[in-house]
Amino acid sequence: MPDQLLFAIEVTLNGLMAGVLYALVALGFVLIFKASGIFNYAQGVMALFAALTLVGIMEGQVPFEHLINATLGTEIHGFGWSVPALFAIILTMVVMVLFAWAVNWLVLRHLVNQEPIILFMATIGLAYFLEGLGDMMWGSDIKTLDVGLPQGLNTTIDDMTYNMFGYGFYIDNLDIAATLIAVVLVTVLVAFSQYTKQGRALRAVADDHQAALSVGISLNFIWVLTWSIAGFVALVAGIMWGAKSGVQFSLSLIALKALPVLMLGGFTSIPGAIVGGLIIGVGEKLFEFLVGPLVGGATENWFAYVLALIFLVFRPQGLFGEKIIERV
Amino acid sequence: MKRLITAVALTATLAGPAMAELVFPNLSYRTGPYAANGIPFADGYADYFTLINERDGGVGGEMINMIECETGYNTEKGVECYESTKGQGALLYQPLSTGITYQLIPRVSADGIPMHTLGYGRTSASQGEVFKWIFNYPATYWDGASVAIKYLMDENGGDLSGKKIGLVYHNSAYGKEPIRTLTELSEMHGFELLELPVDHPGQEQRSTWVQVRQQRPDYVIMWGWGVMNQVAIQEAVNIRFPMENFIGIWWSGSENDVMPAGERANGYKALNFHAVGDDFELYDDLEEYVWSAGLGAGAGDQHGTVLYNRGLYAAMIAVEGAKKAQEIHGVSAITPAQMRDGMEQLALTEERMADLGLAGFGPTFEASCTNHGGSGRAAINQWNAETGEWEVLTDYIQSNQDLIERLVEEDAMAYAEENNIELRCQD
Repeated sequence: MPDQLLFAIEVTLNGLMAGVLYALVALGFVLIFKASGIFNYAQGVMALFAALTLVGIMEGQVPFEHLINATLGTEIHGFGWSVPALFAIILTMVVMVLFAWAVNWLVLRHLVNQEPIILFMATIGLAYFLEGLGDMMWGSDIKTLDVGLPQGLNTTIDDMTYNMFGYGFYIDNLDIAATLIAVVLVTVLVAFSQYTKQGRALRAVADDHQAALSVGISLNFIWVLTWSIAGFVALVAGIMWGAKSGVQFSLSLIALKALPVLMLGGFTSIPGAIVGGLIIGVGEKLFEFLVGPLVGGATENWFAYVLALIFLVFRPQGLFGEKIIERV
Repeated sequence: MKRLITAVALTATLAGPAMAELVFPNLSYRTGPYAANGIPFADGYADYFTLINERDGGVGGEMINMIECETGYNTEKGVECYESTKGQGALLYQPLSTGITYQLIPRVSADGIPMHTLGYGRTSASQGEVFKWIFNYPATYWDGASVAIKYLMDENGGDLSGKKIGLVYHNSAYGKEPIRTLTELSEMHGFELLELPVDHPGQEQRSTWVQVRQQRPDYVIMWGWGVMNQVAIQEAVNIRFPMENFIGIWWSGSENDVMPAGERANGYKALNFHAVGDDFELYDDLEEYVWSAGLGAGAGDQHGTVLYNRGLYAAMIAVEGAKKAQEIHGVSAITPAQMRDGMEQLALTEERMADLGLAGFGPTFEASCTNHGGSGRAAINQWNAETGEWEVLTDYIQSNQDLIERLVEEDAMAYAEENNIELRCQD
């Protein structure tokens, strides 16, 4: 097989893996938009906040440590213990549920029946608040996140492809783990929404708020539930991305990677987020491989949006999005 | 009410003019995606000024007033910070961003306020004949590129012909700075240069490192900042690129960059133009007058790190420039123009650095009307993951001055022609 073809296959496989990571971020957006019609600008910051909280708990860091020391003149430097990863993930999830409750109690319930743009602006405020809160609670330094996920070159795939083609493919173990986790996550989410009472209530609210209210479904409960699930998805995304680069404030920018995925896959479809992620991942990587060298490289960021725009022109609601029909 | 207004007016009159002070704005970034790097530099910069105020009572009797303004590493915010602080008697700017530097060069030149871009910014600004108000000593990006290649030449018995060297760079004005020098050097020494841009912020670099794996360069040089550095080192580790063949510029060589990759980052190399660690007499004074007194900047957890030391170094140069200006003009309350004169006649000798409690901290250099870029020397450091410290691998290596001077001259003259700048230092 010619080298260029082998390289292209390797790039495609890596694109698929990267697409899964994009889809993980996009999923959080979809969940909230589907249930409440809110485009949650804070989703990227939620991933950052969740990852910061997870590392903070694992390392036994005292929340607001710097603030306490600066105001009270104390010399607090952590609790002096460390928490196992699994227990820390559970505790972080509790924090994200509390956050969801607080968002609903303090912000969303006051904005019921407001225009979507008002709700969108509220999430912009929320994003900046959460970023500042994360900074004050856990500090701005770069934190190493190790929850035991494998990382680095997968030697089995490397050896296998080397024996077959004389060239070993590079696939990162972390990407394989992310793919498996994403599959489990999507399966659980679909099962939850199809086969549980709360899931059906969530779908009812997504279809029609008024009708759902009229049959006794609590909008407050559903919103807290949705934001909690989105918080969980943000935590998973934060772990995956944080394991690659360390947990730091640039983590919030992963939201930029989710936008073309949402444009392509639609804002209301979980399978759309996955398929959109895969198309964007493969598309941008292959374009960089084939065309990048001719135009000076670094095409991935903008090409993802071009690809999404092309789809948008032909299917404004995205690949799997619901067609919007408004009767006058 | 009339009495109150009279009293206020009288008080204001009797108070007279505000006490003179030396104003050094600190265009820092303690928030946003680059905060982890902005904080240690800002802390070091602030702590040195605090030390001078507390220990020496300021510079020549004038207290330093450091005005901190948050840029978030955002060019527009950086310009806003400049505009909002320049009227407060600013003597010297240090924007810690090549993007902001490019925007400020015409502004500071028009306003007559000097700017020091310590090892960053526009390389050709080291040409004092054209860039009267800009200083970028002790070394520039082009020096960095040249030093890296010189080091690799030494590693290869003086011959790089037939070798392939990859440049993984931040796709911005900053990241593109070394390309011209490296292109010239590749023609000169017969190595192949592979350009590998990474888009901001650099969180996703899989394509870049798959290319590195496919094209198999012998060495990779990196011009990164922030998360790009951590991801690049992690990806290099993942593809099993030998760490000892991976060299970062001085902005890709802090503890922040190597820590996330853990033990596997062991052996990664980076350039530096100052010392690392806290084994200097100055640190004793900082402990006594600043930290123990509760006057330290930030959380106090950055002391001795690469970027904290760089902030200290930048502030030390600002103070030395101010002292020189006071000496030249015989006044303590100096103006920005006098500060510029001080910066232009600054000489950092071994003796002077030893007097400051920073013996051997940085390369010696002597600025002049034409030379605003310093001696162009940098050392190679190597990360020891076991001890968690940077080890100094070489002495300060001199860049290829013949080449750098020619390139600087070409670029600076083109800028002068474009902007109708009259050359200085002609007599």
